[in-house]
Amino acid sequence: MSERQIQLEVLRYNPETDSEPRYQSYSVPCLNEWVVLDALNYVKDNLDPTLSYRWSCHMAVCGSCGMMINGEPKLACKAFIHEYTDQIRVDPLANFPIERDLVTSVEDFITKLASVKPYLIPKSDQPVSAGEFKQTPAELKKFKQYTLCINCMLCYAACPQYGLVPEFLGPAAISMAHRYNQDSRDGGRDERQEVIASDEGVWECSFVGACSEVCPKHVDPAGALQQVKVASTIDWYKEHLMPWMKK
Amino acid sequence: MEIVKTDIAIVGAGGAGLRAAIALAEADPKLRIALISKVYPMRSHTCAAEGGAAGVIKSDDSMALHFGDTVGGGDWLSDQDAVEYFIQEAPKELTQLEHWGCPWSREPDGSVAVRPFGGMKIKRTWFAADKSGFHILHTLFQTSLKYPSIQRFDEYYATDLLVEDGRCQGLTALEIRSGQMKQFQAKAVIIAAGGGGKMFPFTTNGNIKTGDGMALAYRAGTPLKDMEFVQYHPTGLPNNGILLTEGCRGEGGVLFNKHGRRYLQDYGMGPETPIGQPVLKTMELGPRDRLSQAFWGEQKKGNTVSTPWGDCVLLDMRHLGEKKIDERLPLVRDLCISYLGKDPVKEPIPIRPVVHYMMGGIHTDTRAATRLPGLFAAGECACVSINGANRLGSNSLTELLVFGKRAALSAIEHIQSGFPTSKDAALAAQAQASEARIDALMKKTGGTETIAGLRKEMMETMETNVGIYRTGSELATACDKISELRQRYANIALHDKTHVYNTDLMQALELKSMLDCAEAVTVGARERKESRGAHQRLDFTERDDVNLLKHTLTHYHPTDPPRIEYLDVVITQSQPGVRDYSGAKK
Repeated sequence: MSERQIQLEVLRYNPETDSEPRYQSYSVPCLNEWVVLDALNYVKDNLDPTLSYRWSCHMAVCGSCGMMINGEPKLACKAFIHEYTDQIRVDPLANFPIERDLVTSVEDFITKLASVKPYLIPKSDQPVSAGEFKQTPAELKKFKQYTLCINCMLCYAACPQYGLVPEFLGPAAISMAHRYNQDSRDGGRDERQEVIASDEGVWECSFVGACSEVCPKHVDPAGALQQVKVASTIDWYKEHLMPWMKK
Repeated sequence: MEIVKTDIAIVGAGGAGLRAAIALAEADPKLRIALISKVYPMRSHTCAAEGGAAGVIKSDDSMALHFGDTVGGGDWLSDQDAVEYFIQEAPKELTQLEHWGCPWSREPDGSVAVRPFGGMKIKRTWFAADKSGFHILHTLFQTSLKYPSIQRFDEYYATDLLVEDGRCQGLTALEIRSGQMKQFQAKAVIIAAGGGGKMFPFTTNGNIKTGDGMALAYRAGTPLKDMEFVQYHPTGLPNNGILLTEGCRGEGGVLFNKHGRRYLQDYGMGPETPIGQPVLKTMELGPRDRLSQAFWGEQKKGNTVSTPWGDCVLLDMRHLGEKKIDERLPLVRDLCISYLGKDPVKEPIPIRPVVHYMMGGIHTDTRAATRLPGLFAAGECACVSINGANRLGSNSLTELLVFGKRAALSAIEHIQSGFPTSKDAALAAQAQASEARIDALMKKTGGTETIAGLRKEMMETMETNVGIYRTGSELATACDKISELRQRYANIALHDKTHVYNTDLMQALELKSMLDCAEAVTVGARERKESRGAHQRLDFTERDDVNLLKHTLTHYHPTDPPRIEYLDVVITQSQPGVRDYSGAKK
């Protein structure tokens, strides 16, 4: 296992002591198999206990450690040192307010996620004693991909539209609405449509596709948004041109 | 100090905490529920569970079989009344999750699919590919958003319980983003804050698993139970301890030593079964404790493979084929490729046992109630105990649902019994004392110890002396060392004296939790002079049902080692017997 010295340039900001953000550079001896998170942990344990960042699982499933690494939104636990040169810059996730160092505010995302009613609104009520709802593997496959979102928010950091229009619901929230809309057990699409087909909803998306490129779980939110747009357009036609078609 | 008045406060918003919150909201929409967690709910470590959740649903299975597998798997240290309740509730809870949208994997006819797991006589593990915990957590979190009465306090670190007139009546918690202390006045508190695997250096546990909930209850005077039982999962990636689910073996993966021998047959789990035709409760489908112990045996015999990350054995899944691996074990494949550079479709994966789960925890009864009135606990932080001396894979996800809900219902019963609330002034005095302790830690200067330094010594002590096989002398060393580290903890000082998102402070508090829990583990292990389940002693190699068919209860002391008490195991229908994982006799 080879070792090399990395210059880790980290954005620092403490609202109590700093008037504006600044960069601090750390020299870190890294094993080649390390991820950027390991380098940050080295700094925290050996060089500077005041550095703040979030992390937990170290296996790309808890979604805590999203940050900008050399300008790209990445999970620090899945950004391999061997893919970088000896100079690595780490910034907090773009498009979110900084709370401290690499910690950004999650509140806006959570509010947006909650607004799309991301839970099953069953077509028919059935008591637990009646057993499970049947769902074939093919029905599951229709939405499975969209269930894989770990709420890491990398897609919001990559989304140019969210950067410009903070009201935009954004890729992950709309994908999650789509996930439930596509679930054969669900009957809540009309309720969600009020939110996701609104001005701040899917129509804000300019379809750049950056969200899908950075998604560490291959959820393909851009694909979900495109499908929602098509479905919403069909709704509009049904309502305005063919009212007798409306369900 | 700001006071938040609520009916029930829940500490921890992973699987158990969320399940409890939903149960409360459903039982009575007027209840005020404060859901307090040091991380956002979806960051909780439930998300990392892979394989699945056990519950009897298929016609070839039965409650009696689930009972037998669980009690035998736990080497008869499980409380059988708790197991009976657990297995009865399990299918209801898993079905309830299905009704909330959990994307369980399915059979072609649309019914929920089940897969085999270690130590099971019949396939009964419900699964969502190999991301079962992740899907359970997100289903619960998203469902919880339906209920306006669940008020979340995300990124709040609970520092102390408020105990007045002999009852738990709330807690203090630090708002991490501001550094402000808040007092939560509650008629009941539920702790659901997970385990403490991070006291070991090589673990599947996430950074947040620091035993805070256990320590919170322990310091408030309610005992921890069976803390010496620490589960090693047999198949972790050797470089960083990432979990490869038992589902790898459930689907048919096999284990080899360096000579290409299926060595489990040499440890009472044979005879060898044909590759691609796994036999339940045999060979690779033996229980976790036995498999991890077999690794230790192979290491001693020199049969392990040397790797840059230490001694390993090989997990071979190639015969499953790319299609099945991608369908059933997609995360495993991704993790192996990403973090080890090896594709299980093409080559065997080197693995070694890794600290995974604590069977022990806050002592509760079958109602999820602790000995402290008003305090309840559920999930990994609790010990009810269904898991006994060795948890059966896929019982823990079900456990957090069953006992998360049970804790909620018991908390409501407690409230309905109508205890008066103590005077605000009495509670405020306690809250202020808690705040003063944090303030003193913040202001302290001239520390001679570092958090990272003490943590490293703790981890090395646990790894070296409290592993898969233990001896009296090593355990005595560990007890002395952890006791010393607890004393030396008094000499730390923070580098970071600011208030906003001070992770230096968080790490100091987490280290304290881990040291307190580690002492319960080491003292419990030193005093348990027998071998049972995950607690194996080289100096006491047999199970001792005459003297030690008992739970260890550990009582906290602020400076001295804990006091130990023993409590009889509840036996309702199954007397201790032989754990048989050999296919030969079936």
